[in-house]
Amino acid sequence: MRKRIAYLSGLAAGLLVAGAVHAADGSWGPGADDAAFQAMLKSGFREAGIAKLSRLEQDATQAFCSDPKFAESKEAAGKRAEIEAANLASIKWPSDGKFLGDFKEGEKIAQSGRGLTSTDKADQVNGGNCYNCHQISKTEISYGTIGPSLTGYGKLKGNSEQAQRETWSKIWNSKSVNACSNMPRGGHMGILTEQQVKDLVALLLDPDSPVNK
Amino acid sequence: MTRRFAVGLATCLAVAGFAAGTARAEGDKTIEGIEAYREALKDGNPAELFEAQGEDLWKKKAGPKNASLETCDLGMGPGVVAGAYAHLPRYFKDTDKVQDAESRVLTCMTTIQGIDVAKYVSARWGSPEKDELNAIATFISGMSKDVKVEVSTAHPKERQMFELGKRMFYYGGGPHDFSCSTCHGQEGVRIRLQELPYIPSPKGAASGWTSWPAYRVSAGQMWGMQWRLADCFRQQRFPEPIYGSDVTIALSMFMAGTSNGATMNTPGIKR
Ligand code: HEC
Ligand code: HEC
Repeated sequence: MRKRIAYLSGLAAGLLVAGAVHAADGSWGPGADDAAFQAMLKSGFREAGIAKLSRLEQDATQAFCSDPKFAESKEAAGKRAEIEAANLASIKWPSDGKFLGDFKEGEKIAQSGRGLTSTDKADQVNGGNCYNCHQISKTEISYGTIGPSLTGYGKLKGNSEQAQRETWSKIWNSKSVNACSNMPRGGHMGILTEQQVKDLVALLLDPDSPVNK
Repeated sequence: MTRRFAVGLATCLAVAGFAAGTARAEGDKTIEGIEAYREALKDGNPAELFEAQGEDLWKKKAGPKNASLETCDLGMGPGVVAGAYAHLPRYFKDTDKVQDAESRVLTCMTTIQGIDVAKYVSARWGSPEKDELNAIATFISGMSKDVKVEVSTAHPKERQMFELGKRMFYYGGGPHDFSCSTCHGQEGVRIRLQELPYIPSPKGAASGWTSWPAYRVSAGQMWGMQWRLADCFRQQRFPEPIYGSDVTIALSMFMAGTSNGATMNTPGIKR
């Protein structure tokens, strides 16, 4: 078992979320210990617009995934499962039990990368950033490749209630499936509304959606 | 002339970053715009204008002490500019700090010219103050064009900055859980059509480090590395890094140290 230390020095710097436990400083080279790192964070930023300094505070998932060498190691398998379970347990399911919204709206949300930067307004409608990382509808040729292609997603996965639940989980909280996914937790972090997540599930699963044509 | 054209172009080109919500048509327009621009640019990179402006600022007497920056020590002795950028960031005895070119200029403005740099630090991107700093950094970087990157991590504080930068690179947070590594942590991926360097590799670090400061065609602006980093933090949904803060120097140290041996190609020109 690798030695772990409680992240107490972080508390001193006022930047830590309760309960976050971090791998030993061992993952980091000389001088990059918790105290020095927290001091650097604390002195390095100023708030800008809606991007407040509190955004530097990590939740347990973020703290765990910020040390990828440890997070991907064999010893961390149990902790990864714990993080996935906690994220899964926190998922909010659609209040009316319906998973599928409007795929046309879903396409618009997937196209938009707007929202939550220091230059955005608090009341603006956020986008899902999906095309920044995924190929989705075949007709859109400007797509990113950080995530896998989702073209034909529903054709492969079907449109059963199980398929809908799984797709909802991934979009609402990607870390419920993969602890340190590069994908944002759209619903969990309040980036997307319940209706927006429904529209995105429809974009991926609705047989009439361009994704499945 | 060139500059007027650049500014005009900027208004018809959409900035196609991660945060901008680009539509397909905008992407095509950007690419066409850049091609047209390259065509019109045969007589040179507009960054040259900023280099010239930076050189003027470097040599001009200014501040309460009515002195120029010509005696500034960028690490190779007072007044030596040639090759200095390729060895930065580095440890400076007088400040007992690791500094990059941009934070070192602030030190020289303070000590040599007697200028209170607080308003330069807090000024917004695109303000006259920041434009001056960008021009000076462009001038300094141009004097290292074709020089090999040789950044030392021998001093304990240099080594510490490098390691802190590496740790910062992987620090994820904010509403999107993003870290630098989300976008720059894999080989051969892109956002929309924008290719992203894999920064922890020597090649990826070099492609970023050795080409900034750069003239950004889509914005019609000259950006130093400080601005580049600030905009990536913006896309990361983080608060704003303070100009010249250790966070920014640590990340630069991580990139510069990882690209040791590559050749400076500054000032650059970018989308
Ligand atoms: C920053 C990049 C990024 C963004 C933005 C992003 N994703 Fe992902 N997504 C990924 C990655 C990486 C994976 C694969 C790893 C994993 O499972 O987490 C993935 C996986 C998925 C999967 C599972 C694929 C499978 O094979 O089962 C779905 C569905 C998905 N994303 C949908 C979306 C939707 C819808 C959006 C927009 C709300 C979105 N993603 C935004 C990076 C991203
Ligand atoms: C959400 C995605 C995202 C994140 C997070 C991100 N960047 Fe970037 N970065 C980009 C994009 C997109 C570009 C291409 C330039 C542009 O914005 O048009 C880029 C460009 C760069 C470049 C210039 C590369 C070149 O070849 O010219 C550097 C250096 C860089 N980023 C460093 C960083 C660092 C350091 C961090 C962490 C503080 C970071 N980025 C976080 C998306 C991101």
